[in-house]
Amino acid sequence: MATTATGTTPFTYDHGHEHVDDRSFIRKYIFSTDHKIIGIQFLIMSLTFLLLGGMLAMVMRWQLGFPGKPLPGGTLLPDTYTSGGVVLPEFYNSAVTMHGTFMVFFAIMPLLVGVFGNYLIPLKIGAPDMAFPRINMASFWTAVPAGLLMLAGFFVEGGSAAAGWTSYAPLSARSDLTGVHLGQIFWCVSLIVLGLSSIMGSFNYITTVINLRAPGMNWFRLPLSIWALFVTACLVLLAIPVLSGAAILLLFDQTIGTHFFDPQAGGQPLLWQHLFWFFGHPEVYILILPGMGMVSDIIANGARKPVFGYTSMVLAIIAIGFLGWGVWGHHMFQSGMNPTLGTTFMISTLLIAVPSAIKTFNWLGTIWKGQITFHVPMLHALAFVSMFVIGGLSGVFMAASPFDIYIHDTYFIVAHLHYVLFGGSLFAIFAAVTYWYPKMFGRMMNPTVGKVHFWLTLVFYNCTFFPMHQLGLHGHMRRIYDPTQYAFLKDLQPVNTFISISAFLLFATQFIFAANFIMSWFKGEKAPNNPWLDNGLEWTLPSPPPHGNFATVPTVYRGPYEYSSPHSDQDYIPQNVPTPGGGYGAPHTQPAGD
Amino acid sequence: MAHAAAIHTEDVMLPPPAREAGAGVYTEKLGMWIFLGSEVMFFTALIGTYVILRFAHPSSWKNPGEVLNIPVTAVNTFLLICSSVTMVKAFAAVQDGLLRQLRLWLVATCIIGASFVGVQVYEYTHLIEKGFVPSEGLYGSTFYTMTGFHGFHVTMGVICMIYVTLKAFRGKYTQADHRGVEVIGLYWHFVDLVWIILFTIVYLI
Repeated sequence: MATTATGTTPFTYDHGHEHVDDRSFIRKYIFSTDHKIIGIQFLIMSLTFLLLGGMLAMVMRWQLGFPGKPLPGGTLLPDTYTSGGVVLPEFYNSAVTMHGTFMVFFAIMPLLVGVFGNYLIPLKIGAPDMAFPRINMASFWTAVPAGLLMLAGFFVEGGSAAAGWTSYAPLSARSDLTGVHLGQIFWCVSLIVLGLSSIMGSFNYITTVINLRAPGMNWFRLPLSIWALFVTACLVLLAIPVLSGAAILLLFDQTIGTHFFDPQAGGQPLLWQHLFWFFGHPEVYILILPGMGMVSDIIANGARKPVFGYTSMVLAIIAIGFLGWGVWGHHMFQSGMNPTLGTTFMISTLLIAVPSAIKTFNWLGTIWKGQITFHVPMLHALAFVSMFVIGGLSGVFMAASPFDIYIHDTYFIVAHLHYVLFGGSLFAIFAAVTYWYPKMFGRMMNPTVGKVHFWLTLVFYNCTFFPMHQLGLHGHMRRIYDPTQYAFLKDLQPVNTFISISAFLLFATQFIFAANFIMSWFKGEKAPNNPWLDNGLEWTLPSPPPHGNFATVPTVYRGPYEYSSPHSDQDYIPQNVPTPGGGYGAPHTQPAGD
Repeated sequence: MAHAAAIHTEDVMLPPPAREAGAGVYTEKLGMWIFLGSEVMFFTALIGTYVILRFAHPSSWKNPGEVLNIPVTAVNTFLLICSSVTMVKAFAAVQDGLLRQLRLWLVATCIIGASFVGVQVYEYTHLIEKGFVPSEGLYGSTFYTMTGFHGFHVTMGVICMIYVTLKAFRGKYTQADHRGVEVIGLYWHFVDLVWIILFTIVYLI
């Protein structure tokens, strides 16, 4: 565990990186301790899971848009999944469950925390690597078996877990209720193993940010992306063990016959919900805070202006991270919990709107009267802000328990969570991937293709998820297999069909991104050191940066957002430039690094 | 020695190159403190579960001593506290540069820690023979989960302690640099502390 690295990490920073990198292929690209390679490994893993999660969503949308019609290619699936090509209810439940599980635990969370936490933290704070590089490697190589185990659920008797991504007990605890036994066990074990991976990652990030900052990089010169990743790592560190604990109890209920969640023997189903959401709500902020941080970096860059209210942005991140611990009960207004407790949770939830609004207004303040460059990452970042506002506002609706009672477990919730997870997190991920792609792979992505992907995604995304608000207000329940079975939902079937067609187009659009990603990797234009004219330390390095990052430890003289400064003839001043007003050559030649 | 340490305002084991001031402790120690924060939350989940279930169903619990053998576990608790003492002695020895004593105290800690696990296995086998199994209502469920996960942590600790001890025998720790000993010590004391809480709420109350 943690102690295996004790006394083995060298005291001094290795300055010998100028020599030829003679590590073997396996040490360099597979079992690498280099944070940049680990970040890219997480990127490939989580994009794969994003694709798998998306495919499951397509299965669901087919069934909801065209219930009873054979799924295209459905006859290729085993008989336990489809009958004559038509999706069976059991498979539909599996798809709902695994779509949520894949997206939350194996796509969005590793994309934000695993990829950009790894890639950006050491580069942006001027460190040679993570504090514990070997634990970092172990973190990736425990995430992979966890993912494979989760996938394996599809290939065992009874199919994969089917009790929803929240695995509410006793539905998840007793296999006689769902017919799923092994799949649910795999779900628990996979999340326990993944939790280990997350904890190894998070205490590494926290230690790195606290102890490995370059001289001059004080707390209030940290880019907001690093602040956000730091607070996120704290949330991961403290929330994930609670999920692990809960998953262990559930696993014991399924395997060795304990009775934690079995009401017949005195167990408490509500206990599962409390444990799950005590983890689950900080998890929500784990899934959005890194996006907020990276979007702040990108918006300042695109607007060529300093971030408006840097300190209040930092305080808002901390406030969200802190308040996020006291709101979990708003997922449980309808659970039979004490209503007085519900009021408490309602008030604490509404409080979170304050720091969120501070962030939103600061983003608007940042672009206000800026010389905006609409590069692809900036477009995605602006989409993030606008979509997050919609998702955030519907969040305020459902925080109010009287309204939540009406829309609880309807498509209104589905719309809300996709506005923050797709409209929020995923647009932030697109922004961040397109922004740091040149640094990661040394090549530019094609901007024209990028813009086509952006606009199509924005349009089809809104066509898919906005009408879900309407479905929800009409009482359309979430997770139902066939809406046409309910008389009061019959009129809404055209809406469902429209959503499904939009969803298929949205899914197809993502292949434009995939093609751009893969083609640019091999054929893209060579990236300069600093294509976006950004102030961050990573842009002072070659693209991609060498093993060990900085040949000499950089000294930091200023904050990360000095754009359009009157002190410079450039419109940006990198963080390691000592004196204001000094010309330091053409934009792409850098004074430090190589 | 404590006086000498107090003179230095900064940790003597900080890395030499100029960095931005961090937490003022070396990275491995900081990492362990943060990792222990995660462990606190894990045990909080288990203990919280126990408290909630027990308050909701007090009748599922037997009186202290009715099922569990308190004297045996009390001796075991004493053993674990002793191992914390030997750990402190090991750390004090290496701080003073007494490397032979360091090895001696580390071996003692390994042996006592392993004995704790051994006694727990003995306790489990006897309880299971008597018919007290994990599926025995909430009492059995919580008892085995909580003590079992603590035992798992002690086992992991013993494995790491053996690793540190082997390194000590190979002369890897000196008066100037003995980070491994301090870091494993932090973990060890934490696990000991958790047991004191568990022993109180599971066995005595």
